[in-house]
Amino acid sequence: MAVIKVQKLTKNFKDLVAVDKVSLEIEEGECFGLLGPNGAGKTTLVHMITAVSLPTDGDIWVLGKDLRKYPRQIKAMFGVVPQIDNLDSELTVLQNLTTFARYFDIAKDEARRRSMAALNLFRLEGKSGSRIKELSGGMKRRLLLARGLINNPRVLILDEPTIGLDPQSKYLVWQKLRELKGQGVTQLLCTQNMDEAAVLCDRVAIMHRGRVLALDSPKGLVERYVGPKLLEIEVGADQRDSINQELQSRGLDFEDAAGTIQVFHCDADRLAQELEGLSWNLWPRLATLEDVFFRLTGRALVE
Amino acid sequence: MRLPSWRFIRMWQRNRDVFLRLWRSIAPGFIFEPIILLLALGLGFGAFMGVIDGQDYIYFIVPGVIASYVMTSATFECTYGAFFRMEYRRTYDSILATPLNIEDVVAGEIFWGATRSLVTATIILVVAALFQLLPSPWVLLVPVVAVLEGVMFASIGMVFVSLAPSIYSFNYYFTLFIAPITFFSGAFFPLDSFPEAVQVVSSIVPLTPAVELIRALVQGEFHPGLLLSLAYIVLLAGLFFFISMVAMRRRVID
Repeated sequence: MAVIKVQKLTKNFKDLVAVDKVSLEIEEGECFGLLGPNGAGKTTLVHMITAVSLPTDGDIWVLGKDLRKYPRQIKAMFGVVPQIDNLDSELTVLQNLTTFARYFDIAKDEARRRSMAALNLFRLEGKSGSRIKELSGGMKRRLLLARGLINNPRVLILDEPTIGLDPQSKYLVWQKLRELKGQGVTQLLCTQNMDEAAVLCDRVAIMHRGRVLALDSPKGLVERYVGPKLLEIEVGADQRDSINQELQSRGLDFEDAAGTIQVFHCDADRLAQELEGLSWNLWPRLATLEDVFFRLTGRALVE
Repeated sequence: MRLPSWRFIRMWQRNRDVFLRLWRSIAPGFIFEPIILLLALGLGFGAFMGVIDGQDYIYFIVPGVIASYVMTSATFECTYGAFFRMEYRRTYDSILATPLNIEDVVAGEIFWGATRSLVTATIILVVAALFQLLPSPWVLLVPVVAVLEGVMFASIGMVFVSLAPSIYSFNYYFTLFIAPITFFSGAFFPLDSFPEAVQVVSSIVPLTPAVELIRALVQGEFHPGLLLSLAYIVLLAGLFFFISMVAMRRRVID
């Protein structure tokens, strides 16, 4: 049974369709990624799944239970790590965790024990008595993660968990998320970070303008939309037309992106050899999720 | 309409913990200000006022000071305080990701507002007792009225929070609602000095019945009309409590 099942979920804000008939099934124990530019509808989708926002239309089922009917039981199974810092700045670091544990009816002693364990897990043990404003941005993010784990959630819902983190902190967070997956915690991860999606997620849905454009494993997405390897050709002063002509005559799948032309779904190494005589500046390279992302959502700025 | 569950106590506990951490910095508003007002008005102004309703002015305003600070304690908590937690700190968002629903959060805010009212009333009573300004033992029931009055004003405040476009909106609330009703409630001077039209307005503003009840308990003088005052407070408290549940759900979960 799917842990989270979303059917034709829609959310309208006045004249904007933020989420447009999205259907998804997230399986037990997997890390499911939602990848998309700003305004793609990822956060709105997560808000609906966590019952913070009411769908305009459609259904959400968690372990077979209708979210509308059983919001409390369902939320009790979730650990939510929000995109924005909504730590309780009037309370200390430790109080933030124990207060949160109390929302889940965790008894006082157990709450304290779990809070200390969560602080240790995210290397915050020295900060238990600190005020929130004394923490760095990275520490706040780690505390939000610690807070999301306080009820030993069956499903962890993370909205941009590593945004603004230095590489060391990011690595620590990734490592913890992988450990949690190893323990069977299902994860729903919203991110704009392609590496993060590629490293952590079993399956990724690429969202754009409220819709899911593609859904597969990171590897599957790369193979389907760009091919495992692609060829990049630097476009010199007046080479554009001749390059375009040559590639067209060979019937290749390519895209002209600003200063570079990318050739997809090709045997990049062989093609590079064949084109060697043309004195173009070109190089084959491994395709990434980012290439898929740009192909599907375009390079224009999304506001 | 959805009702709050017992889980509202979790929101109440959260607010209590914050209060216990920060009470020193907010003490001037709910400890010193009412006491200064009571003594300054009562002794300073009272010297010119002479006798009102058969008693020295300072005896007259003890119930008025209690009723008006009970109102402002609950109102501050459930206007500026609640809006700040909702819009700026995003505290509601974090709590709504737990088994608490919005109704629990709102009920927790309202009962916490009423608790602040109770604390304020108790402090003023203790000071008034030290100055021997409390002639009747019925005064022991004043905290009960303070809680009811607190629930009423906290609920009215939460309904306004559900409508407020920004935190500056509360300037209107205080200037156009809270300040006038303080003066039209009989808290600081008797209502019979007003023209008849104003007296009609006075009789329906929600602070008036609270002033009447608290004054009766402080002085130990009762009349049947007080039952009506009590019924009016309970009715308004209940009505606005339920409106705030619906209105806040619409505001937050939309």
